[in-house]
Amino acid sequence: MSRSDVLVDADWVQAHLDDPKVVIVEVDEDTSAYDKNHIRNAVRIDWKKDLQDPVRRDFIDQAGFEALLSAKGIANDDTVVLYGGNNNWFASYAYWYFKLYGHGDVRLLDGGRKKWELDSRDLVSEVPARAATAYKAQAVDSSIRAFRDDVIAAIGTLNLVDVRSPDEFSGKLLAPAHLPQEQSQRPGHVPSARNIPWAKNANDDGTFKSDDELKALYEAEGIDLAKDTIAYCRIGERSALTWFVLHELLGQENVKNYDGSWTEYGSLVGVPIELGSN
Amino acid sequence: MCGAKAGGPDLAGVDVANETIIQGSVTRDGEPVNGYVRLLDEGGEFTAEVPTSATGQFRFFARPGKWTLRALVPGQTVDRQVVASQGTAVEVAIAV
Repeated sequence: MSRSDVLVDADWVQAHLDDPKVVIVEVDEDTSAYDKNHIRNAVRIDWKKDLQDPVRRDFIDQAGFEALLSAKGIANDDTVVLYGGNNNWFASYAYWYFKLYGHGDVRLLDGGRKKWELDSRDLVSEVPARAATAYKAQAVDSSIRAFRDDVIAAIGTLNLVDVRSPDEFSGKLLAPAHLPQEQSQRPGHVPSARNIPWAKNANDDGTFKSDDELKALYEAEGIDLAKDTIAYCRIGERSALTWFVLHELLGQENVKNYDGSWTEYGSLVGVPIELGSN
Repeated sequence: MCGAKAGGPDLAGVDVANETIIQGSVTRDGEPVNGYVRLLDEGGEFTAEVPTSATGQFRFFARPGKWTLRALVPGQTVDRQVVASQGTAVEVAIAV
């Protein structure tokens, strides 16, 4: 698999805006951003309403994913290009969902909405009409998802990559600094985790660094890429971006995203927690 | 689009006493600019990023200490150093 199979640049998207077999999908942290404007012909997936189970804490099931993609007019053989704000955090999270349910051809727009805006490219408010499809998802691929017991078992043995900011890792903050600080969890990180903030994967404009730079980053941080790796953050979206880097760009097998992340781990009774920086 | 508002977003409803707030606006010739503001810690590490609002405003919930704000707008990047403390919102006006 090459980089272009999973990542496209803004020029590629510009050239495929009217390609009926390419579906551009905006997935934003700020779910109202799409209402203001978006890339022409892009549809929206709302990470809160569309991708989560409405009652318990889990992602939508196979039937739910099928219904969602069918309603959005996405067919099994379509090329799906995901993009979003905040350096593709939630677009990466949605990408991970598309892979969990076995979609064939899904890619990220390198740099996401920010790069598109900084390039001063056109955004529109018209919502495209796409005919509904009969999407068939595959059974969920749990080889790319970690649960809390996997994380506890990995302490001191597997690679644990905490992709939050240094202040969240050390326990000084409980949430990214653009959000109010939550009080429900204990601050800190999973013992033996390395703090490699997601932002180290990307340039200021949100585009990913080169494969060579990325490989050098993880090796310099002491990550043995031959070992299994679990990435986590606060709710699993930033770590989906790091999962994308390790699994999709660098082609590492056995990389899992722990979507329970710190909001789950930091609330567990009796598990070990470490404070301070690496 | 309405014009730029002085300072950051309205603090009504925000727990200012218990938060460490850095906020402000990004303007060009007095008009709000659509772009992004990044918050970097004392070591230059990325901590957060927000898009500016329609009125060019932004807000972060940080912790007391020294920070760098980096405004990203089409064709330009501007850095500003700030010192934040709990209980008093720091207001930063960034002209690009």
